[in-house]
Amino acid sequence: MRPQLASLATKVFIQRDYRDSTICKFQTKFPTELYSRIEKSLFEETLKTLNCYYAEAEKIGGQSYLEGCLACATAYIIFLCMETRYEKILKKISMYIQEQNEKIYVPRGLLLTDPIERGMRVIEISIFEDSGSTSSCGSSPYSSTAQ
Amino acid sequence: MKNREYQQIDPQALATPPPDHTSRRLRRKWEVFPGKNRFCCDGRIIAARQSGVLPLTLALILLTSGLFFIFDCPYLVQNLTGCIPAIGGVLFVFVMVSLLQTSFTDPGILPRATPEEAADVEKQIDNPTGSSSSYRPPPRTKEVVINQQVVKLKYCFTCKIFRPPRTSHCSLCDNCVERFDHHCPWVGNCVGKRNYRFFYAFIVSLSFLTTFIFACATTHLALRSRGGNGLVIALQESPASALELVVCFFSVWSILGLSGFHTYLVAANLTTNEDIKGSWSGKSGGEDVGNPYSYNSIIKNCCSVLCGPMPPSLIDRRGFVPSDDSVQTSAVEIQLPAAKNDKNMCTQGTKGLLETASRSPLLTSSCPQAKPQAMPAVLETLPEIVPSPEPHPPKTTEGRQSTNTPHKHHSHHRSKAKQTTHHTHKTSNSSPRPYHSHSSRRKDSKNRDPKFSSLR
Repeated sequence: MRPQLASLATKVFIQRDYRDSTICKFQTKFPTELYSRIEKSLFEETLKTLNCYYAEAEKIGGQSYLEGCLACATAYIIFLCMETRYEKILKKISMYIQEQNEKIYVPRGLLLTDPIERGMRVIEISIFEDSGSTSSCGSSPYSSTAQ
Repeated sequence: MKNREYQQIDPQALATPPPDHTSRRLRRKWEVFPGKNRFCCDGRIIAARQSGVLPLTLALILLTSGLFFIFDCPYLVQNLTGCIPAIGGVLFVFVMVSLLQTSFTDPGILPRATPEEAADVEKQIDNPTGSSSSYRPPPRTKEVVINQQVVKLKYCFTCKIFRPPRTSHCSLCDNCVERFDHHCPWVGNCVGKRNYRFFYAFIVSLSFLTTFIFACATTHLALRSRGGNGLVIALQESPASALELVVCFFSVWSILGLSGFHTYLVAANLTTNEDIKGSWSGKSGGEDVGNPYSYNSIIKNCCSVLCGPMPPSLIDRRGFVPSDDSVQTSAVEIQLPAAKNDKNMCTQGTKGLLETASRSPLLTSSCPQAKPQAMPAVLETLPEIVPSPEPHPPKTTEGRQSTNTPHKHHSHHRSKAKQTTHHTHKTSNSSPRPYHSHSSRRKDSKNRDPKFSSLR
């Protein structure tokens, strides 16, 4: 397949929704820049799932109490040894975002950036424009040298 | 004739110098971190640049505990019970571990905004009067309703973000810290969302330790002065106990008071910052204000503050800063799917795009000395795909070492907290270090990021 040139046109930032206090939750409002790019339902589904994941990570329940009490009893040394529940869920979120990018966003010229890479402040959506020119592979100046 | 082998020299290779590993050494993000922090062990341990009186705290605890174990314990073991050094030992270890964890854990620092983010936020902020370069615009705020309370989110000029609720900018560390409690000079670090439980464990265990040592020293002297010897002779026989008594006597009041104060804060789900500012005490004109973050149950508040899930560090200290060469201003080639229906092409295109994006630094500059790259916020390109994999550093676990300071903590840190709450923001131009984006995710030995390796 002949590679195509693409350039980053703009970025859209989905901000945090603080109406439920300080828990990690992102606004589900559909940005205007994406109207022509992706269906609203797909976008909202992604956001909703991400918000669920974060809610699960920050849920205060039996498992988090157990983890907290155990940590306190061991002078919090277990945090050095084991992966916390939050980190496990962050991994799941990474996998989910990758899957969403592969299946939905990249085919539409979009790219989701994991919020953890932006300090959990925003979900950054990069919008790419196909520059339209199809040039030969120019990445390797050495490819045409003699053997 | 001898048959000599010649290799044709690639003229283009000659034009391009071979990569010099020393000059292109990949730097870790902690090396270019814009805040006033100090890093040790290649970014594993973080502390504030100003260590405050942390050495004093450590010295006092070690000295007092040392004197206790050397001079009091033998006598008490002989005359009372062998449990005393055991209990003292457990308490001492708890105090030291929690102190070191408080001091050397990321308190919940929020990384600064990337240039694109900052530009996006700027666009949303109205400034109808316009401003000259010397005029500083009025403080920007955004209001949000949390649990029927109106909460104002302030814009941080240094970090270029609207601070989340309960976040405050520490002027000493030059960072925005989530759930900012106070900057504690005794532990030499901010106390925030991620290390508040360590701090609380430290002051509570220190209260027990000082009380325990005080009681043991008193018992020791009492036992010695039994039998007509008198207190003076007892003091002469064991001067170390006298020193311990003095240190513990003055410490116990402040530490116990501080523990009590923080127990109240935990039960009410408040921070020192909020308590001092009177954010939720209803001082403003008799309005019905209450803490919107409280669960209205002491047990639930305690559990959420002390036993809640441990949030991850948001600053990627041990990640690598993408080199400047990987940022190019010209459009780079990536494999985009020509047809959306072709799944194979989609996958390849996705992989290329994801690989590229994973290395997208979106840097303004990678170090203070580098020239800031003036990239337009809208038009930007991705770096060229580099076939060599990014290094995967092992998981960074913050070294949690806390030191404690037993003295007059309460009043001192109240005044410190006042200072931090009343600090003035720096303007964006005054910050000497350019900020950078944390685009590459940190990689740890537990392989948090299998996705990128699997893309190859």
